[in-house]
Parts: sequence; C-alpha cells; structure tokens
Amino acid sequence: MSDKAVITGSIRRRLTFRLLLSSALLAGLLFVIVLNFAEKVAQVSQDNILDASVTSILESATVLDGEISIDIPYAAMAMLGNVSDDRVFYRVTVDGAHLTGYEDLPRSALQANERGRSYDTVDFLGESVRMATASRLLARGQRPIHVTVSVAQTRGGAQETLQEIWRNAVYLGIGFFAVAGALAVAVAQSAIDPLERLAASVSRRGPQDLRPVVAEVPREMAPLVEALNRLIGRLQITLTRSEDFMAEAAHRVRTPLATVRAQAEIALNRMDKPENRASLNDMIHALDESSRAAGQLLDHAMVTFRTDQLEHVPLRPSDLIAETVRRLQPVAGLKDIAITVVAPTDLRVTGDPILIQNALGNLLDNAVKYSPAESDIAVDMWAEDGACHIQVSDQGAGFPKGAGKRLTRRFARGSNSQGTVGSGLGLTIADEVAQAHGGRLELEQNPEGVGACVSLVLPLS
Amino acid sequence: MRLARLAPVLITLITLGTAARAFESEAHVIYEAAPGSPVLRILSTTDIEIFEPMLRAFQESNPGTTIDYTVASSTEMMNALMSEGQAFDVALSSAMDLQTKLANDGMARSHVSTATSRLPDWANWRDQVFAFTQEAATLVVSPAAFEGLARPRNRQDLITLLREHPERFRGRIGTYDIRSSGAGYLFATQDARTSEIFWRLMEVMGGLGTHLYCCSAEMISDVASGKLAFAYNALGSYAEPRQAAGEAIEIVMPEDFVTVMHRTALIPASSRSPGLGGAFVDFLLEAAWSGDPPDYYPFATVNPRASDETPSLRPIRIGPGLLVYLDDLKRASFSKAWLDAVVRE
Repeated sequence: MSDKAVITGSIRRRLTFRLLLSSALLAGLLFVIVLNFAEKVAQVSQDNILDASVTSILESATVLDGEISIDIPYAAMAMLGNVSDDRVFYRVTVDGAHLTGYEDLPRSALQANERGRSYDTVDFLGESVRMATASRLLARGQRPIHVTVSVAQTRGGAQETLQEIWRNAVYLGIGFFAVAGALAVAVAQSAIDPLERLAASVSRRGPQDLRPVVAEVPREMAPLVEALNRLIGRLQITLTRSEDFMAEAAHRVRTPLATVRAQAEIALNRMDKPENRASLNDMIHALDESSRAAGQLLDHAMVTFRTDQLEHVPLRPSDLIAETVRRLQPVAGLKDIAITVVAPTDLRVTGDPILIQNALGNLLDNAVKYSPAESDIAVDMWAEDGACHIQVSDQGAGFPKGAGKRLTRRFARGSNSQGTVGSGLGLTIADEVAQAHGGRLELEQNPEGVGACVSLVLPLS
Repeated sequence: MRLARLAPVLITLITLGTAARAFESEAHVIYEAAPGSPVLRILSTTDIEIFEPMLRAFQESNPGTTIDYTVASSTEMMNALMSEGQAFDVALSSAMDLQTKLANDGMARSHVSTATSRLPDWANWRDQVFAFTQEAATLVVSPAAFEGLARPRNRQDLITLLREHPERFRGRIGTYDIRSSGAGYLFATQDARTSEIFWRLMEVMGGLGTHLYCCSAEMISDVASGKLAFAYNALGSYAEPRQAAGEAIEIVMPEDFVTVMHRTALIPASSRSPGLGGAFVDFLLEAAWSGDPPDYYPFATVNPRASDETPSLRPIRIGPGLLVYLDDLKRASFSKAWLDAVVRE
C-alpha cells in the first residue's frame, strides 16, 4: 500500500491566490476612487479661480453716461496665468448682445446654480476649455440690463495636475497591492501553520508511539484531531489484542510442549531400536525449537509491553553482564566455550534492567548457540561518544554477507543458521530494547577473523 | 549702399508695401544661399541693421538656408499673422501683448528643445512664446538741461522737479505716443498697473506740454540734440550704445520701479518650415541666454536673476494678464484717460 496522499490543489496556494485577487481588486478600487476624487478637486479648483476672475470682471461693470463700461482688471486675467500656462478666453455680453472679448466663445447651455454661476466644459479654438459664466443686473436709467461675463481657460494645467495625481495613484495602488500581497502570503502561511505543526508532530512520532495527539489546535482542526485520535485508539486496541493473543498462544503452547517433551524423554529411555530412538531425538529437537520460539514470543511480548511503559532506573551495566554470563555459563560449559568479560564497573546507564538484561541474554545466547565447541566468546564494554558500548563477539559462522539490518526483523534468520535452534526473535528483541532506550544495535563481522560481533549501544547517564 | 556692403549674398531689397502683401511692411530683405534652397521667413519688428549679424551667423552655421527677413510694425505684424494668415516661420516682436494674444488664440506652434528648456519659467509661455531680450524703460536725460539740478532718483523726484522748474522743462519733455507705439502702450499700462504715481506724472507732464514719439530712437536723438530735456520710458537698450558712443545723454533708472520688457519670438501656426523656424529660435535663445552672448547678439546681456538682484526692476510677465490691455473697451478707456492727462489742447 502506498502512503502517498492523493493531492488536488493547495490550501495555501488557494488562500494566497484569493487574498491576492481581493488585494488587487481593492487596489484597483482605491486607484479609481483617488482618481475620481482628484478629478473633482482639480475641477473645483479651476472652477473657483475662473469664478474669481468672472466676479472681478463683473464688478468692474458700471454705467457711465448711459453706456455700459467694463474695465477688466489686470488681475482678472493674471490670476489665471499664475496657476498655469493655459490659454484664457473671455466674453462680455449685455442683454445677450456682444460687448467685448471673444465673440465666438460658445454660450453655456447649463443652468446657473443657486449662486448665479454656471460651469461648463466646451470646445473652443480646437481645445477643450472650462468656462465659468455669471450675470449681474445693472440699471440704465429706469431699465434693468443684464451683463453676462464668461471666462474660459484651457485645461492643460488641470490635466497636468491630474496626470501627476494619476501617477501617484498608480504608485499608491501598486504599493497597496504589494503590502496587501505580502500580508496575504503571511496570512496564508499563518493559517496553514497549525496544520503543518500537527503534521510535523504526528510524523515525528516513533513507530511504537500510539498515544493520542494532545497538541493544541485551532477549533477548526479539532474534528480532524479527534478523528485521528479515534483511529489511533482503534489501532492500539487491535495491536494490543494481537500481541495479547500471541503471548496467550505462546503461553498455552509452552506448557503442553514441556509435557510432551518429558514424555518423549521417558519414551526415549525405554526405546532400544536405534531407528525409534533417532525419530524420538528428532521429535525432542523439534519440541525444543518450538518451546524456545514460544519462550521468545513471550519475551518479545514482554519487551513490547515494557517499552510502552519504560522504567528509568540508574544501572551499572557491568552487573547486568556478570549476571547474564553467570546464567549462561552452564550452557557454554557443555560446549567447552570460554566467556571472557572486560567490563569497567564505573559506567552507568539509565533504563529498564529487566529489558537490558533480556537483550544481553539474547545476544549471549545467540553467541553460545552459533559458536563451535571449544571456542571463545568475548564480552567487552567501553564508553565512546557519550554512549556505552557492550560488544559480544564469537568465533562462529558470523553473519551472511549483506544480511545487515534485516536480521533485526521479526522471525528473520541468517541463511547459514540451519541446524541451530532459533526463532529469529533474539536480535529483534535486542534491537527494540536498544531503540526504546534511545540507543541502537550494531551488527558486524568479528574484526578478528571469523565470527559475529554484535554491539548494544546505550546512552550513558 | 550699406546693406549691400554687409550682405554679399543680398539679392533683393524691397521696401515699403509690396503688392503681394496686404499688410504694410517697412523693409524686406532676402539673404539667398543657393537657388531653390529652403527659405526661413522671419517677420520682425526689429530693424534689419540690428539683426543682420545674427542672421548672417545663423546662415553660416546653417549653410544652404535662404533667409527672408521682413520688418513690420507690431500692429501690421498682427494683421499679417492673425487676419491674413501670412506664412512666416518666426515672428520676433517687442509687443509682448500681441505675441501673447497670438499664442493664446492658437496662432503659435509649440517648440521644445534643449535651448527652450534652459529658459527660466517667466521667459517661456506655453513653449510657444520665448523671451530673448531684457530691456528697461528708462529716463533718458540731457545733462545740459539738468545743469545745476540733482538727477531725479524716482518719479516723485521728477514730479517735484517739474513743479519747481516749469519754465526749464516746458515743451522739452518726450514720451511714447501710446496710440501709435505698441511698446509705449505696453509701458504705460504696466506703469499704471504698478503705481498711481504714473498718472500724477502724466498730468504734470501734460501740463508742461509733452512731445509724443513713435520710437525710442527719435526720442533719444532729440534728447541728445538738446531739443528735449528728458524722454520718459525710452528704451535703455537703445540709449546705452549711444551714450557709449559719446552722445550727450544720461540714463536714469528710477529707483521706485523700472518696467522691463522682453522681445519675444514665436513660431506662427502658419509656418511652412517650422523645423527651420525652431532651429532659428534655438539659435536666438542660445545666443541670448548663454550668459556670455556672442558678438552677433545685438542686445544687452540677459540676466535671469536681474529682478532678484535689483528689486525695482519689474519685468512684464508674459501671460493672459497682457490680454487685458488688448481688450477694446479697456484700450479705449485707458487711451482716453492717458490722452486726457498728457495732451492738453
């Protein structure tokens, strides 16, 4: 089964893209609003100055000897020139009849506002001009007359201002978008963060770690974590059940096996026919192997159980080595195997003594099993790089080439182990113990010629 | 004759109103490069004698360009360009108001170049009207007539002098006739705009009998000859070389204010070779604004910071303000007021 997920899209990318899109929309909106506003302001400021010009011309209108006289003030035109280099046009009419100025200047079609002014944009002499118009009543004798003044100015200055504002609005929009974009990326990242933290904490777990996830997560992720915890719970139950089942099975099998073996021994003693004795011997050998496998299965179940609730006790490994060697000495004696121990007593580790002893027992048991008669087994212990190395080397067949780590898997045995009683669980147990203590198991060929060399490496306390 | 001696390539000299032109030109000269070569047509208010070195220098740096130079009064120039749509490539005029009106009414082409970009803001209007001189309206006095009197430092001094010594100055005062001189009208309107004292001075001058002139040159000649005691608003740029040449005149710059006008150049919209017109405008502006004008530049050195250094200088601003005094009603009422003050019959 592949552990690759089926991926469609990315939350981060989708989130970033949508945030960027909305930033772009907002930036565009901002640009349009600023421009619109600026256009109004530019228009109003031009209207205001045209208005001032019109007013000052209107105020210069007088009736002199029954004639309308207009004395256009210099400032009326000069003020327009102060603002920009735009062209300026004006016209004065009296009761609709042309009096002075540019006669062809278009008349505003717009109604005057409440202040008697009208502003219009018209075309004159090939250019668009803004024009302000206002009227005033004068009296000629008894008759009222309307004096109307229009002042118009081309819009170059206003356009220039607008262009400047346009440029600034573009920069503003781009700046806004850049900032919003950076924020969008950051926001998308921070939204993803809890998910990534959870993923990291789950994938950091050891292979045996089936504790529920207790990391704090945002509310939206609670259902996911709860579902995950329920899944882990079910998995744990299933695993425990199968381990229990194995241990129970091994236990149930071991006792009858012992009974059968005892009966077979008795039968062997009673048999005289060599062929019967040979088959009974085979039977006893097979029973031994099954019994040993059952024992190791029990050991393994015990190791699994204890590593789940690992004890941390200060230990002196030299004591554990001495105890293990003492226990195996009789078996070794049967094959005339000499076990030499070099173990400094000042090294300390922290851990579960039963587990470590079990691991050592398995290593030494293996060494005795696979060693030829009248050979030597060496147990050495030393400290190196903050770790305690306990090395067991024998003069047996050693490991087959290229076997390596495979031998630490359950029920894996070397290709050269036929004829030797074994279950394939010994190295598995030692490896699990080493890992549970934060150490490791190293398998290599005996550097001094033939034989295997296995090191249990545990961190020093 | 003098012009022919100065101009070996001078082919034609037509004076006073050719039939092909409805407007009245005062002089017309063509500096021909080669038959069929492109023609740069200049319409100017400045006399040929003054401009010739400049034209020849331009022709030297642009060989293969025929220059057609026509002199006309500013009013006739306006007729030619505005009403008749005559095709000229450059218009040079001392009438800033009329040049401004031409540009304002869309009769000028925009021209942007390195030469125009070097001008101060006030010397360039719309990239269409370019100032190329700086000429002050001064008081040109006859030292003999002022013998024993302190030179007036300002207009108030002058008024006091005229009141205290009416016999000495009666009939010996000259100024522009604003009805016939565009520059005179321009100076008078600007003076009136700047200070009310102008009107008092005109009243006093009118009371003593004032001779009216069309041109600065004649006014200065009459001062030099002693016919006039002083000329009001005569162009300093005309008086300076003549004073330097030893004529009996003195130039007084009033301390209250001195109106400064600019001759301006523009490229008429009717131009048939605006590129050539632009090249000449650039040539002219470079000469004027270089800070160290070449020999062929016929006017006083332009100082862009003059009005900063001498606050009494009041340069006339090119811009829509000048249109005000071209308004028919305004012109009529101003002329009437001026005539009432100056001319007493």
